[in-house]
Amino acid sequence: MEAIKTTDLTKKYKDKTAVKELNLTVHQGELYALLGVNGAGKSTTIKMLSCLTQPTLGDAQLMGHSVISDSASVKSLMNVSPQETAVAAKLSVRENLEFIARIYGRDKKDARKKADEMIEKFSMEEVQKSKAGTLSGGWQRHLSIAMALISDPEILFLDEPTLGLDVLARRELWHLIEKLKGKMTIILTTHYLEEAESLSDRVGIMAHGKLCAEGTAEELKKQAGTDDFEEAFIKLAGEGV
Amino acid sequence: MRVLTFASRNTKEITRDIMTSIFGIAFPIVLLLLLSLINKSIPQGSGPDLFEIQKLAPGITVFGLSFLSLFSSMLIAKDRTASFVLRLFTSPLKPSDFILGYTLPMLPMALLQSAICYVAALFFGLELSVNLLLAVVVNIPIAIVFIALGLLFGSVLSEKAVGGVCGALLTNLSAWFSNIWFDTSLVGGAFAKVADLLPFSHAVNAARAAVAGDFGAIFPDLWWVIGYAVVLLTAAIIIFSAKIKKN
Repeated sequence: MEAIKTTDLTKKYKDKTAVKELNLTVHQGELYALLGVNGAGKSTTIKMLSCLTQPTLGDAQLMGHSVISDSASVKSLMNVSPQETAVAAKLSVRENLEFIARIYGRDKKDARKKADEMIEKFSMEEVQKSKAGTLSGGWQRHLSIAMALISDPEILFLDEPTLGLDVLARRELWHLIEKLKGKMTIILTTHYLEEAESLSDRVGIMAHGKLCAEGTAEELKKQAGTDDFEEAFIKLAGEGV
Repeated sequence: MRVLTFASRNTKEITRDIMTSIFGIAFPIVLLLLLSLINKSIPQGSGPDLFEIQKLAPGITVFGLSFLSLFSSMLIAKDRTASFVLRLFTSPLKPSDFILGYTLPMLPMALLQSAICYVAALFFGLELSVNLLLAVVVNIPIAIVFIALGLLFGSVLSEKAVGGVCGALLTNLSAWFSNIWFDTSLVGGAFAKVADLLPFSHAVNAARAAVAGDFGAIFPDLWWVIGYAVVLLTAAIIIFSAKIKKN
């Protein structure tokens, strides 16, 4: 089944077209990485899919619900871990989790139970009482993703989830993301090519608002005629310009 | 339910900031103490009657409320900077939930702040009377004015800019045009006219009338403040909703 299907999805800002007639299909349970250089249109695409901004033209369906005509349903079935960690600095880890669970409709008891689950899943027992603003970058990322998962989303958007993390913290987060594979549909945007290659089922490469190549990492390397994924990306993204 | 959850989170964010206690409660009380001491050392009849406790206390409560703009604008600007608000925009929260969620925690804070200020004023000679309860209630419209200004500025300005605009500029302007520290009619001219057009001096006049038990004098001034509260809150809702759509 298709989890996400966009039809000629377009976003224009005055004279600039950020995303142009994007036709993208992501299957249920798939981890789909969206790659592209800065200004390629990845973030605008995520913004449209997560109902943060309205498309200028076209539409996108998430689990059959339109982002234009049924954004309330879309919002209830997906969640986002934004590029910035986006945590409430003066709330504790547990309070952040329970807060998000409750605004997604869980009652107090249920929210506490879900927070327990997330704290265990993300090994945050030691920091559960710490204020989010005092946590290290790595822990804040853990919390950010846990906050996105606490609503049990069918579709999860991870926008640059490992940005600014050291190698160890990044690898740790990769393991967490790997564990989520198959349990929900995940759209991952990243600048780290090895992250996309290692984690994703399929990769879409965007350039100048258009999807210029799509396939598994192996398929993209074959398409570009190289064994190196970075080389393949440079070639395919360059061709799309 | 969602709006209460959001309001509760905002209450925690604001009250856990030490600046809230310093500017919201300690600073007005220190001013009250200092000005009362100065007033006491001036021979009776030769100092300005503005500093007599029955006039000073209502003025200081209104001045203290001007910091609500700083608290609400800082919270919104911080939420925007940290993309926390972006996370919430993708959630099932509606635009009205945001406005109420940012506004509701401020109202009990405003009532508490005014009440604490009046209780402190009792120690400096303010007469205990039921009118003080009325004076706390009379402060609600001006509290809404300051909260709405905070919502407005927090929606459009950066975290850094909001500190300057709401923390320095607004508190100073509202103080100058308020009749708390000096009688604006004595300055005269355009200054007095501007002071009369703005809501701050009317809010202070209404609070003073309430404390004095001069009930007939409350409403001409309070209508003025209520008008500002309605207009500014409406403007804040429109601008905040537009910001959500513009993302």
